[in-house]
Amino acid sequence: MNVKLLILLVLLPFQALAQGFAGLGSEAGDFAQPERGHVLTFPEDHGAHPAFRIEWWYMTANLKGADGRDYGLQWTLFRSALAPVDGQGWETPQVYMGHAAVTTPEAHFVAERLARGGIGQAGVTASPFAAWIDEWALMGPDFDHLTMRAQGSDFGYDVALTAKGPLVLQGDRGYSFKSASGQASHYYSQPFFDLTGTLTLPEGEVAVTGQAWFDHEWSSQPLAEDQTGWDWFSLSFDTGDKLMGFVLRGESDYTSATWIAADGTATPLPNGAFQAEPVEQTGLPTTWRVTLAEQGLDVTVTALNPGAWMTTSVPYWEGPVTITGSHQGRGYLEMTGRGD
Amino acid sequence: MIWAILSALLGHWRRNPLQLLTLLAGLALGTALWSGVQAINAEARASYDEAASALGAGLSELRGPITLETYVALRRAGWNVSPVIEGRLGGVRLLGIEPLTAPRGPVTQGADIASLITGGDQIFAREEVLARLPETGAKGVVAETPPDTALADIGLAQRLLGREGQIDRLIVAADQPLSRPPLTEVAPGLTLRAPSSGQDVARLTDSFHLNLTAFGLLSFAVGLFIVHGAIGLAFEQRRPMVRTLRALGAPLRGLVVLIAAELALLALVAGALGVVLGYLVAATLLPDVAATLRGLYGAEVSGALSLRPSWWLSGMAMALGGTAVAAGGALWSLARTPLLASAQPRAWVLARRGRWQLALSLALLALAGGLALWGQGLILGFVMLGALFIGGALALPTLLAGALGLGGARAKGPVAQWFWADTEQQLPGLSLALMALLLAMAANVGVSTMVSSFRTTFVAFLDQRLASELYVTATDATQASAIEAFAAPRTDAVLPILMTETRIKGLPATIYGARNHRTYRDNWRFLEAAPGVWESLARGEGLLVNEQLFRRAGLRLGAMVPVDETLSLPVLGIYGDYGNPVGQVVITETTFRQHFPQVTAQRFGLRLDPKGVPALRQSLREGLGLDDSAMIDQAGLKAMSLAVFERTFTVTAALNVLTLAVAGFAILMSLLTLAAMRLPQLAPVWALGLTRAQLARLEMARAMVLAALTGVLALPLGLALAWALLAVVNVEAFGWRLPLYLFPLDYLRLGLWALLAAGLAALWPAFRLSRMPPTALLGVFRHER
Repeated sequence: MNVKLLILLVLLPFQALAQGFAGLGSEAGDFAQPERGHVLTFPEDHGAHPAFRIEWWYMTANLKGADGRDYGLQWTLFRSALAPVDGQGWETPQVYMGHAAVTTPEAHFVAERLARGGIGQAGVTASPFAAWIDEWALMGPDFDHLTMRAQGSDFGYDVALTAKGPLVLQGDRGYSFKSASGQASHYYSQPFFDLTGTLTLPEGEVAVTGQAWFDHEWSSQPLAEDQTGWDWFSLSFDTGDKLMGFVLRGESDYTSATWIAADGTATPLPNGAFQAEPVEQTGLPTTWRVTLAEQGLDVTVTALNPGAWMTTSVPYWEGPVTITGSHQGRGYLEMTGRGD
Repeated sequence: MIWAILSALLGHWRRNPLQLLTLLAGLALGTALWSGVQAINAEARASYDEAASALGAGLSELRGPITLETYVALRRAGWNVSPVIEGRLGGVRLLGIEPLTAPRGPVTQGADIASLITGGDQIFAREEVLARLPETGAKGVVAETPPDTALADIGLAQRLLGREGQIDRLIVAADQPLSRPPLTEVAPGLTLRAPSSGQDVARLTDSFHLNLTAFGLLSFAVGLFIVHGAIGLAFEQRRPMVRTLRALGAPLRGLVVLIAAELALLALVAGALGVVLGYLVAATLLPDVAATLRGLYGAEVSGALSLRPSWWLSGMAMALGGTAVAAGGALWSLARTPLLASAQPRAWVLARRGRWQLALSLALLALAGGLALWGQGLILGFVMLGALFIGGALALPTLLAGALGLGGARAKGPVAQWFWADTEQQLPGLSLALMALLLAMAANVGVSTMVSSFRTTFVAFLDQRLASELYVTATDATQASAIEAFAAPRTDAVLPILMTETRIKGLPATIYGARNHRTYRDNWRFLEAAPGVWESLARGEGLLVNEQLFRRAGLRLGAMVPVDETLSLPVLGIYGDYGNPVGQVVITETTFRQHFPQVTAQRFGLRLDPKGVPALRQSLREGLGLDDSAMIDQAGLKAMSLAVFERTFTVTAALNVLTLAVAGFAILMSLLTLAAMRLPQLAPVWALGLTRAQLARLEMARAMVLAALTGVLALPLGLALAWALLAVVNVEAFGWRLPLYLFPLDYLRLGLWALLAAGLAALWPAFRLSRMPPTALLGVFRHER
């Protein structure tokens, strides 16, 4: 899902920072660049990479409540470097942004936090793993056993995550192309988290269980000029197989995908293999037809709640989906750059 | 027809440019002072509004010793708070904020948040504020920040203020997450303060503005006297013309309408002129007003003036309305004058009005007296002042006539007798100008008495309150205890200044914890106190309150005052406090530490031999690394307090001078216009053998005598004004009542100034008389008027 990398550059309110910072900003060359063949090492690479301009830790989860209803959950920490250095104190040029959301069939709760690094208000450490902003935190003794919590003024959650499969390196051993012109990121996922915990909603507390998908990606590259947004899918099928795929909308669409077998074996798919078309051509498309010929996949992806707008500094759509057709399952959909 | 009438009417002004000048100048000067004051008020109010809507206004705050760790701990516990540091950089208020967490408001909207954190040391402020900032190496960026305030990222602000790692307060956002632990668990040293509403500043400064408004009105009234005189004169002189026009067939109604239109036109011209002058007055005075408001109330007011419709419209309205008031009577009598009535000037008739005037004056003075006895509140205080002033002014002609009559009765010789009689006969024509002089002088006496009384009291107050020889401020609790330990063996006493801000009976107040030490007993004086007040206080049996709290909360000795939720103590004593507008409570150090354990003293008063102060400063600097800004010696503090005080009254002093100048101008104009009318009365005296030079000298003497008499009458009126200001307005405005002191030398000096003004005003008409061609005087005998 290298496209998500672009969120920061396109959506972040402090996008302008990059240009503004005393001679450091506009040239991406000052920042570290992803290198093909670079071997990701863990747990070190779970932590922050301050020499890269942008980075995120991204958790989405499909849940079933004790009340039998479907829920979706999101926890995201973005890091944006104004300069490729880390440090201590107010003037450390690392800015963090947190997004949290809970989606029910009828409602969508959103919260956002902003903080800067260098003073302890937000940050990420690799071992023991901890990613936090204010009181929101994703942390644990090791990366297979995590707790995660976040809250807004009208909702909150506190859940535990246990990894049931291996980490998945996206693209070429974690080096993921994101456009035809060769831009790339370092990118790995943990799509095999089991989740149990509690949601706090205006109606009261709800015990939930389900599956969560984690992405961690870092890079320094901007979006190509003709690209206006993207549609990103993380789909988990009842068979245990999973699919990550996206369409980058531009003068010509660019698609990329990874097929993840139930045992964690990842197969990167070239541009064009993954196809996603809105079923309705008008308005915001919350129902999609997704096909992948290699796997005989032809499914309809439907939003649990079409109103899952992230009303954050810059709005986008992100919410849980259900899958019907050749395969059954659940997943998450993200749409950016589609206006409001 | 209309044009013919209009040109005839306007012809009058062409022939009497001086009258036109009087009319325009009087109205313009009155309007100028009025709209100038309005402009200042409008600017100040706009500044309060901006400040009230600025960063964190209307939001609660956390106060106490705040470190970066405290802030992060609160954030990580779920408290949505944002740190602020505040200080002064070259006289400009520098606000350091954390743009990512700061509540979105006009402050953060004005500045580009992104460039705040990333701008590589940028300071955001309005252009004129940037110009006043010292060279810091940071780049200035023009932004619509609140008045007199520069904005920077908190990291930069800490560095520029030399207070790295420090946070003054945390703004608590209105929007808080679902759950968060109580404050006592996360940051027990901090106290949550309810939102400070802009209301407080507005309420405190209201009286100040009312004060200014009263000054503006007074000046306008003086201007109106001039206008009234000029219009009255013009009507008198135009009676023959009006009679001729009507005889020629001009309809009366048309004439009245045309004259009204003519006056409206003149009023508009004068009003426009006045507004322009007012702008200049306001622009000149505003920096002082801003300094005053900051010094007295801590209210930030922009030193720059903008054109607001509210005040220039009000200036124009006052000019038009004032002209209507001044001309209404004249127009009314014109409309009722029979066609064939005498066209004689009615100067003689004016004297007949005297009786009515006296009756009205007595009624107004009685009203003032009644209000002084039974009235309450600031507005009634000003109504009383107004009644006193107008009543006093209206009584002036009668009183002057009586004095002149007395003079005449004692006069020996024909010239002296003529002098007194002629002076009395001129009184009606001059009385308006003299009333203006009376008002100006009385205002001068009143305000200078108030300011001087204030100053005398204030200096004595400073001497008793600033008893410690050296005051030291610590940056944090660690340094505070280091200072205490360091200073104890080197001084006679270390007096911690323990304080916390709170609200008592709904009013903002500061609670102080005082150590039981003779410094307080020796120096503090009470307005009212229970017997054995210090002993009772030392036993923790009560508390002291300042006069402000005493008056505002309606307390009395023995009344219970809540210190916090659990403790209420009776009032043992009330002390005068002329340094600040808010209430104060003093309890013992022991009680204070029990009830506010989280507060530690950051400031200390050190008692020692004054000669040892420089040496102690030196050793504090070397031993503890304190810089000079953390240490203030008594002499310096007194000088600073006095400087704030002096600035406070710069504005009133300036307005005083302006009012006196306007009054002097009124006398000049009256004398000039009377000069022509008086020719028939002077010519016979000249023909009887008095030389023109003698006549001119008598004219000068007359002006001086009238000014002197007016001055004598102005003194009691001014003292009454001073009393009202000290006992009524001051209590309402500042919360304290001051004793009235008399300053005879000041009054004498003022009297000399008034004589000088009158003399200068009479000089030119007298000079013209002494140079008048004999043919002009002879001509009187040829003319049949």
